[in-house]
Amino acid sequence: MAEFTEIWSYLAGNPLIWLSATLIAYVIGDWAAAKMQRASWVNPVLIAVTLLGALLWATDTSYDIYFEGAQFVHFLLGPATVALAIPLWHQRHAVRRALLPVLAALLAGSVTAVLSALAIGHALGLSPQLLATLAPKSTTAPVALGISQSLGGSPTLTAVLVIVTGIIGALVVTPLMNLLRIRDWRARGFATGVAAHGIGTARALQVHPQAGAFAGIGMALNALLTALLAPWALGLFL
Amino acid sequence: MIHALTLILICQLAGETLTRLMGWAVPGPVLGMALLFALMLASPRLATLIIPIGEGILRHLSLLFVPAGVGVVGHIQLLGAQGVAIMAALVLSTILALAVGAGVFVAVARLTGGREDG
Repeated sequence: MAEFTEIWSYLAGNPLIWLSATLIAYVIGDWAAAKMQRASWVNPVLIAVTLLGALLWATDTSYDIYFEGAQFVHFLLGPATVALAIPLWHQRHAVRRALLPVLAALLAGSVTAVLSALAIGHALGLSPQLLATLAPKSTTAPVALGISQSLGGSPTLTAVLVIVTGIIGALVVTPLMNLLRIRDWRARGFATGVAAHGIGTARALQVHPQAGAFAGIGMALNALLTALLAPWALGLFL
Repeated sequence: MIHALTLILICQLAGETLTRLMGWAVPGPVLGMALLFALMLASPRLATLIIPIGEGILRHLSLLFVPAGVGVVGHIQLLGAQGVAIMAALVLSTILALAVGAGVFVAVARLTGGREDG
């Protein structure tokens, strides 16, 4: 019989193990979320990320090795974004009726996301480079990296802030909206897509189909608007 | 199944190509979403073809963010001494953006008489 260390050294360099680990960690996170009736504070992404982070640390595995397996999951983000056309199509009549609220909420949510982050960061003494890194944090990752780079920020750190923002949004949206007594699924979903991009949209899709559709639109429109707004907003704080 | 998947990938590919060709700030997949939406509007037959596969991918959209999220764990020290200020900005700004966005949506929907049912 082969030694365990031999098997491990074979598996550790194989994409299969980290692809499996990613799915297993997510299944555990999703199971826990389902067990807690999808309470917002039990976020499957956060649970899976914590488990995997601990596992990589315990096995002394680098992110590059991990990503060789995980890339197959990561790749599906693109096709999944394309597939957001489906909830949008189901809700096309509701969206057409809500055109004015959508445009108003887009402008208000997007401006608030950028300006409030910059104002708070500025008040707490962040450097201009960190402000540029922070400005696009509510935008979907590929656009956020481009904006950060063009403003003189750090794209790597922006990627981190985008993911953290998405998780914060997914965690707080349900209790916040209940507290504000906002029951309109269109409003809840749309604001989530604008403030917390794809991770917020994933949460919205799990809660209500109409919220999910409006979140997808919010994410797409906010990517466009933030690209236009961010340079102007940053200029106010430099 | 393979037709639906092919169509989704073609939409993404067309989006990626177009946005690079034109030098736009829009991500390719977002443009692909708009393209697929237009195709679904144009052809109901195509819409019924795409729905089962597309909804299958979307059912676990959260899963797809896990690999990027694991990357955050390794980069968290990049926040450095400014970590607390950055986290404060992220948390407060996200709460504000959610509240303002949803509040304005509801207010304008009420003003323009939009109904809530879909």
